[in-house]
Amino acid sequence: MSSPPPAAAVPSLAKGLAERLSRPWTVMEVCGGQTHSLLRWGLDQLLPPELRLIHGPGCPVCVTPAATIDQALALALTPGVVLCTYGDMLRVPGTQPGVDLLGVRAAGGNVRLVTGPREALGLAQGAPHQQVVFLAVGFETTAPATALLARQAMDLGLTNLFLLPAHVRVVPAMEAILSDPANQVEAFLAAGHVCSVMGTAELEELVGRFQVPVVVTGFEPADLLGGLLEAVELLEGGTPRVANAYQRVVRSEGNPAARALLEEVFTPVDQPWRGLGVIPRGGLALRSPYDSLDARRRFGLSAPIPAEDGQCPTCGPICLSGEVLQGRSTPDQCPSFGGACTPEHPLGAPMVSSEGACAAWWRYRR
Amino acid sequence: MSDQQERIRLGHGGGGTLMQELIDQEFRRLYSDPDQVLHDAARLDFPPGPLAFTTDSYVVHPLEFPGGDIGQLAITGTANDLAMAGARPSRISVAMILEEGLELACLRRIVASMARAADACGVAIVTGDTKVVERGKADRLFLTTSGVGVIESAHPIGPGAIQVGDQLLVSGDLGRHGLAILAARHGLSLEPPLESDCMPLWPQVEACLLAGIRFHCLRDLTRGGLASALQELARAAEAELHLEEERVPVATAVATACEILGFEPLHLANEGRFLAVVPPEHRALAEALLAEQGGCWIGEVREGSARVVLRTRYGSERLLLPPTGELLPRIC
Repeated sequence: MSSPPPAAAVPSLAKGLAERLSRPWTVMEVCGGQTHSLLRWGLDQLLPPELRLIHGPGCPVCVTPAATIDQALALALTPGVVLCTYGDMLRVPGTQPGVDLLGVRAAGGNVRLVTGPREALGLAQGAPHQQVVFLAVGFETTAPATALLARQAMDLGLTNLFLLPAHVRVVPAMEAILSDPANQVEAFLAAGHVCSVMGTAELEELVGRFQVPVVVTGFEPADLLGGLLEAVELLEGGTPRVANAYQRVVRSEGNPAARALLEEVFTPVDQPWRGLGVIPRGGLALRSPYDSLDARRRFGLSAPIPAEDGQCPTCGPICLSGEVLQGRSTPDQCPSFGGACTPEHPLGAPMVSSEGACAAWWRYRR
Repeated sequence: MSDQQERIRLGHGGGGTLMQELIDQEFRRLYSDPDQVLHDAARLDFPPGPLAFTTDSYVVHPLEFPGGDIGQLAITGTANDLAMAGARPSRISVAMILEEGLELACLRRIVASMARAADACGVAIVTGDTKVVERGKADRLFLTTSGVGVIESAHPIGPGAIQVGDQLLVSGDLGRHGLAILAARHGLSLEPPLESDCMPLWPQVEACLLAGIRFHCLRDLTRGGLASALQELARAAEAELHLEEERVPVATAVATACEILGFEPLHLANEGRFLAVVPPEHRALAEALLAEQGGCWIGEVREGSARVVLRTRYGSERLLLPPTGELLPRIC
């Protein structure tokens, strides 16, 4: 990987954007990491006012169904079970407001924080008499690591390691957004890290169908402004196509080995996204023989579909999570933002995750 | 337990001969006056004038980490709290809660480290206590230290003395300790490896005092990092603290690891770094003195609401908030 573009490029990129614009445009950055970076560096303050950014749903923690969180909460309280997951997931409420994995841990549940599947494997190997369940979330960036864990568990013949999969796929969500007649997205910044695995073929199909420019974009300030400049070029030129503004990381074919692993272990399924509803082929389920590792099967839990239908139990007039995740509202338009809902006492998942739009607004913009 | 390691047993805390043996063989060397170990209380003689007194408990997992251990932290941390009051650290007490099963070899290393840290901080350990709890009732070893120091600053140091126009400096680069601990805890191998920044702060404070620097406030940047310290001071002073992000020193290795793990470097704990608030006319001298350890100027106190505003390297501004609670690595 070559080094990132120099920060010194940022002012001239911002100037270039202002010069290139001839009319207002609306661009959605898909990935929560991009939202976070934009606000953390105050890049939105450098943009011409005609360029409107809307935050996309690319926060896997935010879109994990509340019913899946409930299942994790129940498993963590099951004697003999160790529930492990990524740090961000520990503070996401399930269907009951305020009830999260940290609370369950305080109440005696066995919850362990891991930074990745490798640690989950270590937990299972180190505690052969306990059932270790890994709540596996994330886009196609983290899914290959989960797939590798599944393969290792099978190869090692581990009988005490299970997966509670909640992996989601980005492109179906972009498709769902564009399919909504009320959507205002004129171009996308696509999530660079997902593309580093998946390549650009799926995006080509999307552009073919919807005629909306998509720019593969990274996360550094200069990456983001470079991606926006490319998007504006395509919009102004009336040339909807896929452009790669993150070439130092993303190849058009992606990472074939990681993709092959994904295909070996997972199969796309219709999946409820918290706040967004069911997204066709928007999730990943374990396929045979790896489905023997599925914690839902082992512990007799229901599949995430269609029981909750993607309805967010906390969404409604007092929590606009769903609207925010679809880019229809900004966090400050929510009546609870900063009042009843803060990172200390979140109502909706976007206030929890470090990649959630509400948390980013609260943290950097108030 | 089938291994051959010597371990702490409940009996080591029972007040009997096993305990006496533990004290004689392992702890006596800690004390400045080994005879004092047999007394219930230490007698202290101080010159007339104000003293500073502080206490702190230490729980850290793992007990030993790159660049330090819980023993070094417990001595250095309490000595540093005294230094933040403008006091020369002088005497310290050590109370230990040992978990049954703690390896004696580990305890020995930590005790030796405490002795070295006491030397480095110029403090005498004058009294202590030991308790042993059943396996599972503690995380191997908890330490509590209290310290007394002699205040050498002629002016009161504290949030109440902060004024609009004051200048903000830090004594070195930020985030090393917090990241070293998180890396050790989660088995992350950082390249290059990071070590804790744990070190005594009094020498830097003393050098400034001797040079005539008038500190309005000092704050060591432990839990919650610079962000929490600034937030507290902004509230106490009812003023806006303005930072220049580009001037806040963060090592590239720390910044890169934070980027990957989703941490704000200014939320990470430090164990050998402090924030100094000085009047504008003392800024240049303080900067020159702190520069020897990598310290520098980072911002100033402005009129405004009680908040911390950070100007990014791109000229935009954002808020700097303290962490919510536990630092949790994000999914990446």
